[in-house]
Amino acid sequence: MINLHDIMETITMIQDENLDIRTTTMGISLLDCADSDISRSCGRVYEKICRKAENLVKTGEEIERMYGIPIVNKRVSVTPVALLLAASGGDPVEYAKTLERASQTVGVNFIGGYSALVQKGFAAGDEALIRSIPEALAVTEHLCSSVNIGSTKTGINMDAVEMMGRIVRETAELTAKSNCIGAAKLVVFCNAPEDNPFMAGAFHGPGEPDCVINVGVSGPGVVRAALAKLDKGANLTEVADLIKKTAFKITRMGQLVGTEASKRLGVPFGIVDLSLAPTPAVGDSVAHILEEMGLETCGCAGTTAALALLNDAVKKGGVMASSHVGGLSGAFIPVSEDAGMIAAAEKGVLKLEKLEAMTAVCSVGLDMIVIPGETSAEVISAIIADEAAIGMVNSKTTAVRVIPAIGRSVGETLEFGGLLGSGPVMAVNQVSPAAFIHRGGRIPAPLQSLKN
Amino acid sequence: MRAVISVIGKDTVGILAKVSEKCASVNANIVDVTQTILQDMFVMIMMVDISAINCEFAEMATAFEQLGGEMGLSIHAMHEDIFNSMHRI
Repeated sequence: MINLHDIMETITMIQDENLDIRTTTMGISLLDCADSDISRSCGRVYEKICRKAENLVKTGEEIERMYGIPIVNKRVSVTPVALLLAASGGDPVEYAKTLERASQTVGVNFIGGYSALVQKGFAAGDEALIRSIPEALAVTEHLCSSVNIGSTKTGINMDAVEMMGRIVRETAELTAKSNCIGAAKLVVFCNAPEDNPFMAGAFHGPGEPDCVINVGVSGPGVVRAALAKLDKGANLTEVADLIKKTAFKITRMGQLVGTEASKRLGVPFGIVDLSLAPTPAVGDSVAHILEEMGLETCGCAGTTAALALLNDAVKKGGVMASSHVGGLSGAFIPVSEDAGMIAAAEKGVLKLEKLEAMTAVCSVGLDMIVIPGETSAEVISAIIADEAAIGMVNSKTTAVRVIPAIGRSVGETLEFGGLLGSGPVMAVNQVSPAAFIHRGGRIPAPLQSLKN
Repeated sequence: MRAVISVIGKDTVGILAKVSEKCASVNANIVDVTQTILQDMFVMIMMVDISAINCEFAEMATAFEQLGGEMGLSIHAMHEDIFNSMHRI
């Protein structure tokens, strides 16, 4: 029989330390829905999503009850819509409305894949889709959009970077009345993973099977609680070992839920995304883990080193716990979704420049950062270019999800509510990089040897 | 198929009786019971066989939670697999 201590540990993790499965995301390929007629294409898209994901939410709820572990989100990711648009032409917003309708029919809380992959250049459909993003995100509620503008193999498409600065701003402007929420559902990637279950960046890559279940785990609260129990004099090797063991346990839950969901839905199990995804809930913060390690406030000197240790230990623990690992896998640092990050930003300790440094050693990138409404499109493009350069050179995924708070400036706050939380407007260096951004062209792919 | 029923709270008369009675009412066979006092709290772990229960497992879990509410205890029924997968390689 399993011993008492182990049973109590699991129960405490779920009851008191916010252990949950953050998302089960069904990836659905829409390649077979492409048609030269857009209304026929949309009809097929709707039909396929509703058919494949019909039981997704119900099955998720059944598994929650069976194991007693919360599965917070059930979501759908689809083939980048730009690929369908290439065949059908027409108004891309039709696809946005179709996806929104499908998401409401199957009851998921987000649907991702209003996306284009333009790391090397624009193919048919790509440019039209990107231009339609602001409108698409303004007329829908559950749709998420992402654009991949660079990769280690291809370099950075600076024409796309220039465009995305404007698109991010326009998206915020069009949804200014609802706290610029549109920009919170738009991610600009470098090295985007094709099997990421987390929103807003989830899409179902062209190399993926027809239908697949991917799972994203969470559990910053569990890691923090484990560290809190550790002797204060323990050295960092012991800290890393403890995080590994805890990450192993968290990830096993993801593996269990993914396997069960895949069996019940009759859909292959793709990957577990080993991520520490914070929520605004008290005790569910990545910043608090770093502070538990000994930093006074997240953002002070030492933050990057502590985060590097955390990120690596989470991966090492998680890899052994699951059969296939993928997606973003690492610690997330979305400012508005993390109580500790919000507090650190409000105190002025955590700044954009430090966050940028942190993204070099952890998962994703500049995430859920509220920037002043006056920030120009060129500055946003340049922030995207900087972040993409970090990803390109370090062969890792980086992303930018900044929210220009239209009409607000530093010191004010933008409230999104729910999982997206609320964020203080953070200062941005407004000195103009416009001439650099307007050059366009491509930043060549980096050399991957002779690294010294 | 087995489940773990955990009971945590202040020790009172009749905890074991009431929980066992609930098990019998859903036709869950008690396989093993351990109980101890951890930091002044009464902790009981019961392993039950749920292969022949007369309702859905989810209903059984809810029933135990309600019983816990009535008795001022925290009672949870969870599938054995969650513990096995977390603590066994």
